[in-house]
Amino acid sequence: MSPPKIVLRFTASISDKPIIYHLVKDYDLVVNIVKANINPHKEGMLILELSGEKYQEGLEYLRSQGVTVQPLTQEIVRNEDRCSSCGACTAICPSGALYIERPGMEVKFDSDKCVVCQLCLKICPLRAMEVRF
Amino acid sequence: MSIKRTYTEINSKIKSGQAVVVTAEELIGMVKDKGIAATAEQVDVVTTGTFGPMCSSGAFINLGHSKPRMKIQKAWLNKVPAYGGIAAADVFLGATELPEDDPLNNSYPGEFRYGGGHVIEDMVAGKTIKYKAVAYGTDCYPLKEIETEITLQEINEAILMNPRNAYQNYNCAVNLSDRTVYTYMGMLKPGLGNAHYSTAGQLSPLLKDPDFRTIGIGTRIFLGGGIGYVIWNGTQHFPEHITDKDGKYLGSAGGTLSVLGDLKQMSPKWLKGSSFLGYGASLTVGIGIPIPVLDEDILRFAAASDEELYAPVVDYGDAYPNRKPGNLGYVSYAELKSGKISLNGKEIPTASMSSYKKAREIASILKGWILKGDFLLSQPAQLLPNTTSGIVGKALK
Repeated sequence: MSPPKIVLRFTASISDKPIIYHLVKDYDLVVNIVKANINPHKEGMLILELSGEKYQEGLEYLRSQGVTVQPLTQEIVRNEDRCSSCGACTAICPSGALYIERPGMEVKFDSDKCVVCQLCLKICPLRAMEVRF
Repeated sequence: MSIKRTYTEINSKIKSGQAVVVTAEELIGMVKDKGIAATAEQVDVVTTGTFGPMCSSGAFINLGHSKPRMKIQKAWLNKVPAYGGIAAADVFLGATELPEDDPLNNSYPGEFRYGGGHVIEDMVAGKTIKYKAVAYGTDCYPLKEIETEITLQEINEAILMNPRNAYQNYNCAVNLSDRTVYTYMGMLKPGLGNAHYSTAGQLSPLLKDPDFRTIGIGTRIFLGGGIGYVIWNGTQHFPEHITDKDGKYLGSAGGTLSVLGDLKQMSPKWLKGSSFLGYGASLTVGIGIPIPVLDEDILRFAAASDEELYAPVVDYGDAYPNRKPGNLGYVSYAELKSGKISLNGKEIPTASMSSYKKAREIASILKGWILKGDFLLSQPAQLLPNTTSGIVGKALK
């Protein structure tokens, strides 16, 4: 089981600062960057898996630097334009969130059942499944 | 046989708006209600459809001449190589071709995010394509290097030319081994974890005219959202009748089509680049074929339902990759579409690699074209070879 993911949001004034460096150097934390993005306004977003004994101190450091910290509420979404309802994902989906509605033979997605395993993202031949952070 | 129709008669009715056109799915219900003779008397044309990955696809593209002129030797479209070994300004882009820096299966299973099929989809969608080419230079074609951008509308021609499409029937793929395999039939879980099939069953074009009594060279079809033509049998066209172990006829298999059409008339809705985890890139193609009801027999075959159409179950863990003969039995398309089949005493979830929903849509679109009087049926110059041809596959030694 991987550590819980957290979403960090940086304002423009701090997005060029070596904050991750300090998490590692000063708080002895293991950092796995899952996703990183800086928008045209120089505001930054990072999704991290963070672990280590000084986890709480690390989070406090982040907040003291003006970084917003919140747990990741990840979700899989379906691009209906791209989906052709072949069904390649349905026998792979472990929770039955992706299924075929009969008799129309249309692929349906019940996001409440989704466990965000992300298998469908790469299995879909038309790449109709996307993860939204 | 009571009724006989000719192409001339049917086209005359199409032009005057009198033709009775139904989809293959609709036909099944009509035959159940009224029987074959009465339905054959009423229906002029039956439409079919399929929308699935068709790897043996590509486009001949004429880029027009640069100044100075250039004899293209190697070309790249959005970094995907295209074959330049034809005339000076022509290239052929294959649907399964990949960028030279694609990691392939080096990080197994590879994602194959972008390939020739995706370029074709992008072109048809009107997107700007990066074009690069190199040449060795000649007196009449001196330019050796070019890099620019193109769009489909700006270039002279782009002809979708697919050497093997619309498989008549195909395997139901399973995996008997103890490790996951990644195939053109999708991800197959170990120990019969899932079963994937491909054909559209009762809407599948070549299952509805299984002995090619109306489909042949010159047959006009729905292709990629535009009008196309059958130009030959496809490669690996090995028509056969399949039978179970008791010799009972289970239908036909082995037919394929070679098809062609103007890419500029087509739509990204019906030509989609596809990515198969661990296997490669492809192009998902929409094809629809009209079947003229020339006699009662033709209608009888066109009316076959999922319960009457069968697919062989094949192991992709060992038998298929190592070309071992035989199969694990046959299942009907009705069973496959139900969502599960029974095999070796086990209940297995099923899924399709083609879209039945889209196949239905194609058959309806084609029906609409014909009803509008826009789409006339073309009589083939020569029918495709059927089982009487004796064509059998040859193996590479």
